[in-house]
Amino acid sequence: MWTFFHKLGSPPWLYAIAGAILRWLVPITLIALISGTVWGLLFTSPDFRQGNSYRIIYIHVPAAVVALAGYYVMAIAGAISLIWRMKMADVVMKAAAPVGAALTFIALLTGAIWGKPTWGTWWVWDARITSMLILLFLYLGVVALYESFDNKEAAGKACAVLSLVGMVNIPIVYKSVDWWYSLHQPASIKFTGESTIDSSMLYPLLLMIAAFYALFTCCLLMNMRAELLQRESRTQWVKRIADEKGRG
Amino acid sequence: MSPPHTGQFFARVLCRQLLLVMRRPIEMGNPLLFFAMVIVLFPLGLGPAPDKLANFAPGLLWITALLSNLLTSDAVFRSDFDDGSLEQLMLAPQPLFLSSLSYILAHWLTTGFLLALVSPVFALMLNLPISALGTLILSLLLGTAVLSLLGGIGAALTVGLKRGGMLISLLILPFYMPVLIFGAAAVQAAVTGTPPGPYLAILGAMLSLAIALAPLAIATGLRISLDA
Amino acid sequence: MSISAIGAPLLEAQSLSLLRGGRELFCDLSLAVHAGQLWQIEGANGAGKTSLLRILCGLSRYGFEGKVVRPVAPLYLGHQPAVKALLSPRENLRWHLNGEGLYSAEQIDSALARVGLCGYEDVTSHTLSAGQHRRVNLARLFLSDARLWLLDEPFTAIDAQGVDETQALLASHVAAGGAVVMTSHQKLQVTCEVHTLKLVQSLIS
Repeated sequence: MWTFFHKLGSPPWLYAIAGAILRWLVPITLIALISGTVWGLLFTSPDFRQGNSYRIIYIHVPAAVVALAGYYVMAIAGAISLIWRMKMADVVMKAAAPVGAALTFIALLTGAIWGKPTWGTWWVWDARITSMLILLFLYLGVVALYESFDNKEAAGKACAVLSLVGMVNIPIVYKSVDWWYSLHQPASIKFTGESTIDSSMLYPLLLMIAAFYALFTCCLLMNMRAELLQRESRTQWVKRIADEKGRG
Repeated sequence: MSPPHTGQFFARVLCRQLLLVMRRPIEMGNPLLFFAMVIVLFPLGLGPAPDKLANFAPGLLWITALLSNLLTSDAVFRSDFDDGSLEQLMLAPQPLFLSSLSYILAHWLTTGFLLALVSPVFALMLNLPISALGTLILSLLLGTAVLSLLGGIGAALTVGLKRGGMLISLLILPFYMPVLIFGAAAVQAAVTGTPPGPYLAILGAMLSLAIALAPLAIATGLRISLDA
Repeated sequence: MSISAIGAPLLEAQSLSLLRGGRELFCDLSLAVHAGQLWQIEGANGAGKTSLLRILCGLSRYGFEGKVVRPVAPLYLGHQPAVKALLSPRENLRWHLNGEGLYSAEQIDSALARVGLCGYEDVTSHTLSAGQHRRVNLARLFLSDARLWLLDEPFTAIDAQGVDETQALLASHVAAGGAVVMTSHQKLQVTCEVHTLKLVQSLIS
């Protein structure tokens, strides 16, 4: 058990293991994404109210779900980095932030595209949309803070603190925004009420959510590998890899 | 010659910070002036119709208070960082999170507290009903304290950076949003005649949570910034 | 002095290594500072003198390897004088943020007199010169009862007479069973033995 943790702290080992995981995970992700998309777009029946436009949920919902989970990945990595001073946790955090931000942005964008035919407007100040927007700001804050530091070690620690503060705050923000929305909007035009989803629509959605988790992991690992190479660019093992790539 | 115990040191930092502000009183006046000027912008931008302004007044007052708090947050630790005083504070035997709480208390006393006291003047200029003034002051007293604590986290994280001013807004504005929601809602409730108690209670809960956790984050942030 | 010199070190650094921007500032550096010792850290600009001092006093906590044991709380005077321009020298010392003892007015006045600031006690510090700011900071050496002093370039902006006085102060502190670790580019002229630690950087292979 301890040797495992010890190895996790070693950049070349982490680089190698991430590469090994990616070799399997990338094809699996691609298959899941493609089959989920085809299933969702072609082999499910149209919604009786929204017609075909609802099909964007196969992108929208998974992106939103994974974007939120990504913040927690980032914050937990931050906690590990602060408590156990594991440098590799910094790498995870640094790698997770842009991926999470991108997913949040995708969720917002697809939400807007979905909103136009459904509600007749690109943007409504709905509780969930507003929360997603705030989540995007939280991600961008972490990215901006990281980029502002010259000393990357300090940048990692500072972002760890910020993402932990964010983790405490996210439930408060979500609850407040939820409550704010219910105060200002009569319940009858609540868009996110109790709607049930038919199982024929649900299964491809679950597949897509799983595929997005895998996609997030892939992007995270690739980002981590890039970050590791950059951080360790002056060490022997990176030079060896560079030499091999150069020859091959 | 034993070192001062924690309470004495807390008072020492507080007195020092307050004295520094007293020596340059304009620092105390600046946020109030900013508050006044932004309030003037709203009738110019939205039109002077009294009922329209009264409608927006709770939100406008709260947003303005939030912004003037935000603009002063950047300076909480800056001068002490620049002249090396913060280094000495890091090495003090007294717990850092209490000293940082002392900084925040001084900041709140010289911004949020004063803002809350002068806010009724501007509220009346925006035609806020007199019955809501008490709630406005209370909500600002509670809410700006939370804002000062959250702002302190941003200030601690960015104090080592050359240009922290804009960045600090990006970092902490998302955390300000719940305070804004409940602060404005409390005043709104008082205007419409519903009891504002629950909203103030939630603000109080936020304040308790912030007092418990924010000083730890500020202390950690300061240590990181001093390390960089 | 002899009794305290035998005892445990006042500061012990064990195999410190520091990388900064791909350069190895120092590697596997060990240091034990005993009572009665004066250490001077030497090295070119950028050799890591200040970084080492900040690690020794505990300001730097990340980014280096190794361990520092501090049985006694050191007094650290950094690059910046930590003097607030809006406060008078007296207030600066009385309300100093390093959280040391509560000093009486007489103690503070006599410390200020010894660094040559007699008559300046109640002037706001922004009218003082840079050298006088440093002197206010040096007055802390007279006030503090810390046994270990960590001084980063204590002679910066101090005039020749002040340097002589400060060196004499260091020597007497060491003779009284204290210890000093300092960085300076100057050759020290003190009555006690000076241990030197030379930092030579090497590019990582």
